[in-house]
Amino acid sequence: MLPIFQLGASALANSTFIRSPGEDRSGTDKSTARLTNLHPSGAQGPMTSPLLRALAGPHWRGGLLAGLTAFGLTFGGTAQAQDAVEILNVSYDPTREFYREYNELFTEWWTAQGNAPVTVRQSHGGAGAQARAVIDGLEATVVTLALSADIDTIAERTELIPADWQARLPHNSSPYTSTIVFLVRDGNPKGIEDWDDVIRDDVQVITPNPKTSGGARWNFLAAWAYAEKNDLDPRDFVGAMYRNVPVLDTGARGSTTTFTQRGVGDVLLAWENEAFLALAELGDDSFDIVVPSVSILAEPPVTLVNENITSDAQRAAASAYLEHLYSPEAQALALKNFYRAWDTSAAAPEDVARFPEVSLVSIADFGGWPTVQPEYFGEGGIFDQIYEE
Amino acid sequence: MRAGILRSPSPLPGFGLSFGITMAFMSIVVLLPIGALLGRGLMIGPGDLWDMVNSRRIWAALTLSFRAALIASLFNLVFGLALAWVLVRYRFWGRRFIDASVDLPFALPTAVAGIALTALYAPNGIFGQALAPLGIQVAYTELGIWMALIFIGLPFVVRTVQPVIEELDREVEEVSATLGARRAYTLRRVILPTLTPALLTGFALALARSVGEYGSVIFIAGNLPFQTEIAPLLIVIRLEEYNYDAATAIGIAMLLISFAMLFAINAIQIWSRRRIGLV
Repeated sequence: MLPIFQLGASALANSTFIRSPGEDRSGTDKSTARLTNLHPSGAQGPMTSPLLRALAGPHWRGGLLAGLTAFGLTFGGTAQAQDAVEILNVSYDPTREFYREYNELFTEWWTAQGNAPVTVRQSHGGAGAQARAVIDGLEATVVTLALSADIDTIAERTELIPADWQARLPHNSSPYTSTIVFLVRDGNPKGIEDWDDVIRDDVQVITPNPKTSGGARWNFLAAWAYAEKNDLDPRDFVGAMYRNVPVLDTGARGSTTTFTQRGVGDVLLAWENEAFLALAELGDDSFDIVVPSVSILAEPPVTLVNENITSDAQRAAASAYLEHLYSPEAQALALKNFYRAWDTSAAAPEDVARFPEVSLVSIADFGGWPTVQPEYFGEGGIFDQIYEE
Repeated sequence: MRAGILRSPSPLPGFGLSFGITMAFMSIVVLLPIGALLGRGLMIGPGDLWDMVNSRRIWAALTLSFRAALIASLFNLVFGLALAWVLVRYRFWGRRFIDASVDLPFALPTAVAGIALTALYAPNGIFGQALAPLGIQVAYTELGIWMALIFIGLPFVVRTVQPVIEELDREVEEVSATLGARRAYTLRRVILPTLTPALLTGFALALARSVGEYGSVIFIAGNLPFQTEIAPLLIVIRLEEYNYDAATAIGIAMLLISFAMLFAINAIQIWSRRRIGLV
């Protein structure tokens, strides 16, 4: 049994997912109408008018958010009693389906090795919000986030993870990778083939806000890389792209919903695994995937949160949990869930053949996340400047 | 402790106890979080706070938030009054159902409301398709923000005004009519003055709620900087950047503006009460 919980150290850091009653897909668990990263709504709850009149303070909610977070910083981090061996995997949005299957695979394999049974719990949300939850005291055993920058931030701001965490596991601690592709409407009516079509005046682009979404940062950098390779001014190029964006959602799933359910936009810049998932969920007669000439190698890393480990048994299980991600069976599972994994030996041939060849630049070409994050996406960084112009 | 202001003239005992409980409750629920916010602001210092708030983008977001909240609350003031009036004064089939559904915006998670409104007003939604030939786009524009705020603010006006309308004596209107007042004059000089304090309270509550609203707006607004980016979203963005100071600065700015607006509304209320001399 693998109970899957949504949990968080504070109500604010906790992300909830909510299903729309207006969606016909709302009954299924894999509904793409699911939208995450709504943390402040958690602080809200239903209100009754007498109570509200008595408190008369909801106008302070904007301020309360900041205040409560400051408060949470001080008083967060409640201890958690643990009898049986438990692993809490704090992850980001699109890995939901993959880890649900992997947790089953791992617990079976772990007990078959003669170990005591282990319970794996999951928490999903926007990568940035999840990282903040861990910083604010969410007792994660392992984190599996969208960007190494997210884990770097945890390592910087707390003592939970050593600074050299990324060298602890193979392939920069990224057991699976993905890239950024285009999702276009069926038959590609606007003829979108590559990044230069994305900045055309007649094309509307859907991408989330890089400030709040890890995936959107990869989108931004992939476009930037294309411009650099083709001797265009990358700042103008990316600026032109964002002028074609009618809606900046806060998370990747939100953008997918805007594009697929609301019918807004001509092209969605998406995680490759999200794009394949959308095709699998909504049928490949509604959308096509277009692979651009240049894209970026997105490496979602995993690591152990050392200081949250409470026992040797837990440490052994959590280490094995991460290492087993590199086993042929787990890699096959990642491939089946539309991630580009490293080891194809146990995978079904069609899961491997699905991925087209793309010229991929990596984050190292930009100087690594510690450089990229403040320069491009920090306050007053290049993304902010694009909108200030 | 038994002397002075704490002594209650009430024949019932227990003022000290209930006062203590109330104060403890208020402190934990309201004063502590706001104290934490202001405390953090104090540590930053007013000069730095001002520098962090004084950017074109934040002003654009603050202006948008307060403008949209004002427009939505004014709309609710007019139509909420009409709705409350109809619900109290007329008996018709389905009245109870409509009366109950006024509370829905309270009960519904605001994100659900936002998603439902977006689904309706998106270019491929029922209303969106009907409005498109007229060249009106609601979803992902400021119009969409108004719609969301009208939705969440409506019950505040209706539920504050409704009981006051119920208390109105029809005889007063009849007297006004027998003394020769026309209908419009009765409405303007007899009914509206009585309702003004309740209307202002409802308006203030709806306004206060709308200014800080995040959950529903985030789905229907396009969230584009300088166009449809509301101030609470900027707070969230600053938090994502781990810039707690800047988030605090925007929070305090919203708190101060809200406080000034509520102060002004209360001043109008006191003035109107003095002018009418009743209620």
